[in-house]
Amino acid sequence: MKKRNLAAGLLACIWVASVQADPGADVYTKGGANPAALACLTCHGADGMGMAAAGFPRLAGLSAEYMKKQLLDFQSGSRAHPVMLPIASALTEGEMQSVSLYIEQMTTPVYPRINRSAEATSVGERLALRGAWERNIPECVACHGPGGVGVGAAFPPLAGQSSAYLSSQLIAWKRGTRTNDPNDLMGHIAKSLTDDEVKAVSDYFSGLGQ
Amino acid sequence: MKIYLAIAATLIALPVAAQAPVAMDDQSQLAPSVQPPAGADYFQPPLESELPDNAFGALVREGRAIFVDTRNRAPEHVGNGMNCTNCHLDQGRKANSAPLWGAYPMYPAYRSKNDKVNTYVERMQGCFQFSMDGTAPAADSHIMNALSAYSYWLSTGAPTGEVQPGRAYPKVQEPEGGYDLAQGRQVYEEQCAICHGDQGQGQKSGEDFVLPPLWGKESFNWGAGMHRINTAADFIKESMPLGKGGSLTDEQAWNVAAFMNSHERPQDPRLIDGSVEETRKKYHANDGVNLYGVEVNGVVLGQGAD
Repeated sequence: MKKRNLAAGLLACIWVASVQADPGADVYTKGGANPAALACLTCHGADGMGMAAAGFPRLAGLSAEYMKKQLLDFQSGSRAHPVMLPIASALTEGEMQSVSLYIEQMTTPVYPRINRSAEATSVGERLALRGAWERNIPECVACHGPGGVGVGAAFPPLAGQSSAYLSSQLIAWKRGTRTNDPNDLMGHIAKSLTDDEVKAVSDYFSGLGQ
Repeated sequence: MKIYLAIAATLIALPVAAQAPVAMDDQSQLAPSVQPPAGADYFQPPLESELPDNAFGALVREGRAIFVDTRNRAPEHVGNGMNCTNCHLDQGRKANSAPLWGAYPMYPAYRSKNDKVNTYVERMQGCFQFSMDGTAPAADSHIMNALSAYSYWLSTGAPTGEVQPGRAYPKVQEPEGGYDLAQGRQVYEEQCAICHGDQGQGQKSGEDFVLPPLWGKESFNWGAGMHRINTAADFIKESMPLGKGGSLTDEQAWNVAAFMNSHERPQDPRLIDGSVEETRKKYHANDGVNLYGVEVNGVVLGQGAD
């Protein structure tokens, strides 16, 4: 009898969950209450994997804490972006919170967990897996994790991002139009990279798992 | 709160007749890392691309892989969340980060840590026992052969038995009036916790520790060289935050090193009869500046964290 009650209760929960709209899903697919807060899927895709050709990044699976911080930073301008500035400014903090939680649980392909132990010959591989310590540039995987899968709330995934997006961010850090990284950890590294290195390492991570 | 520890320095300075002639390579008494002469560069280890495609090259490559991915490649010998390259940056190549090319040509050498002349392999076994809080691979094991081959190859062309500039971590003077744990906590929270976590627990991706744990059960044990505040301060000043080495002041490096090493970590495997006091007397009292067996905030440290 107890078991049957439990099962019935579970079914009821599932039914309620599927009928009650997830406010995060609503923001993602339909936009915020303010019409200027456009639906995320317009540019980032229904699956959250972005649009590589246009340089719109993958959002799926990003840490909710990281995601919410980016929205707040677009709003404040510490991450300067002409398209995201008005959108983020039109979102309430509650909407930011719920859409960030929704994005965090979106699934992504599984990426190969390539770490420092792998061979590295090309410029991109060498930066990703060895770094360039003569210029105090750590290997990318030292913080972003094996295969650049992302670590915690501060080090976002690089795998699954397009080369266009990754290089645009590195260039933004070089130029100082993106300054929202903790303690300038990324900014000072980006400033030490040459343009060729930016392209090579962006190509490397965008090619993982493809 | 200020803590003053001057006992160690005084005791080290006392002449010990039996040890003096052979005390050439006690790690706690390592000569400070010196600069190369004007116009000269640090020793340059060979490039990976220069490795031959033969059995020797294969063993060196294997040794390098173990060195950078120790937990996965020598799992039965690593008891915590550390990999060799956490302390030896740039795969053991970087000057002033305890490079392997600075160590390999200096062995065999006497160490007061175990009061005998150690081979290079025995020195590495010490790393496994203390820094990796594990069980050392046998001297004739494949793991040790591979790590030795990697160290030997990195030392290609380095003179044997000569102290190389950049071999250790450059020495950082203790602040006048001692270190300050409260200020160390502040440095930690502002600059270190983003990577190493607010409880020093490090950060993982799946089962892999990406950012190493600094204290607690997954970190190096109380017998590791890094438990000395002076050694940790030297390392931190040179290399932390990662990629921003040299950005902390000497005082910040000492304060945050002391804060890190004022937390519990796995017990010193040399523990004598279960007594922290006896173990401090024998192994820690003369070992640089450290808090093993010392009371901090009303608690005697050195209880272990397993």
